[in-house]
Amino acid sequence: MGEMEQMKKEAEALKTQIEAARKAACDTDMASAASGVAPAPRVQLKTRRTLKGHLAKIYAMHWSTDNKLMVSASQDGKLLIWDSHSGNKVNAVPLKSSWVMTCAYAPSGNLVASGGLDNMCTVYNLKTPVIKTVKELDAHTGYLSCARFLSDTEILTSSGDTTCALWDLETGKQKTVFLNHVGDCMCLALSPDMNSFVSGACDSLAKLWDIRDGQCKQTFQGHTSDINAISFYPSGNAIITGSDDCTCKMYDLRADQEVIGYQDAALNSGVTSLALSVSGRLVFAGYDDFNCNIWDSLKGEKVGVLSGHDNRVSCTGVPVDGMCVCTGSWDSFLKIWN
Amino acid sequence: MSNNNASSSSVAVAQKAVKQLRIEAKMRRINVSQAATDLKNFCLQNAHKDPLLVGVPSSDNPFRPPKSCGLL
Repeated sequence: MGEMEQMKKEAEALKTQIEAARKAACDTDMASAASGVAPAPRVQLKTRRTLKGHLAKIYAMHWSTDNKLMVSASQDGKLLIWDSHSGNKVNAVPLKSSWVMTCAYAPSGNLVASGGLDNMCTVYNLKTPVIKTVKELDAHTGYLSCARFLSDTEILTSSGDTTCALWDLETGKQKTVFLNHVGDCMCLALSPDMNSFVSGACDSLAKLWDIRDGQCKQTFQGHTSDINAISFYPSGNAIITGSDDCTCKMYDLRADQEVIGYQDAALNSGVTSLALSVSGRLVFAGYDDFNCNIWDSLKGEKVGVLSGHDNRVSCTGVPVDGMCVCTGSWDSFLKIWN
Repeated sequence: MSNNNASSSSVAVAQKAVKQLRIEAKMRRINVSQAATDLKNFCLQNAHKDPLLVGVPSSDNPFRPPKSCGLL
């Protein structure tokens, strides 16, 4: 068909144009630009807490904005709310479906959410005398890989059905559906200014979306396998991704390209999760090989390792005040380090 | 004889891809040198406030047990 041929040609021409524009902007790389910066100190963190309570693999964890409470999700069919300072469990939420893949804490502290192979995002109110399910968000046609609250009235989800969605928690309906990935969406991260978010998918691409108009603004390539983890750099101008290709990458949003990679020939396990310290200097990346490696984000060098789990590190998180890092594992434990 | 439904949906997919590429091609990009400098400066300016980078003194560490029990 003539029309298809024309569109293929235009698509190729546009891709070439984009690559040329990126190349023209590529006058250096992050490591070279940071060559004058003093190396980050060797980071040796100790386990301060080992949180025991789950009976099966932990798949996700998320800090509350109060820097003390956190929620974890395990395929033992429970969400546990922990007081990280005392190490005590504050609440247990039994899940209808034990095949959970994600959990989230609302910024207000009032709500938590979970989801997984049931294709739904379930939202719970922690503040009622007995914890109540307040909404079951049911419209995705694939598993729920990640959820993040914008507020008590809006939540973002990513799904194995290749879409992300913004939901209204009052109506329980999708307000906006973000369509562009061609592989399962595995992770999402909200920008510090809450106007945009990024998603990582099994098509090995990361995409930047405008939350309000639903538009995909930028696409970042370079990974050669599924992107399992994604995070915004604290300035809001860059993102960091972690992939099954065993590498992490930093992409700058304004330069629209990769500026540094975090990899080591000796590392041949996929990256499952990542979290940044508050200045953005340290990247904590969880791997399938049971470790969490610590990278200097500016220089691309490994500056430490968190060893202690007896199985894959599946999730990591740094609270807003940056006082510690939490790792969660298939060994059923969470550890807090600083 | 072509299957009209299949070909019209692949035309729609191709149209969508071209539309997206047009949006992405229009973007104004800054040089990596400028981007890297800004990222580096942000890191350095905030380094002193980064507990995991500078270390947490045990007196301020909510995860360190207190040295003495205040009850007695």
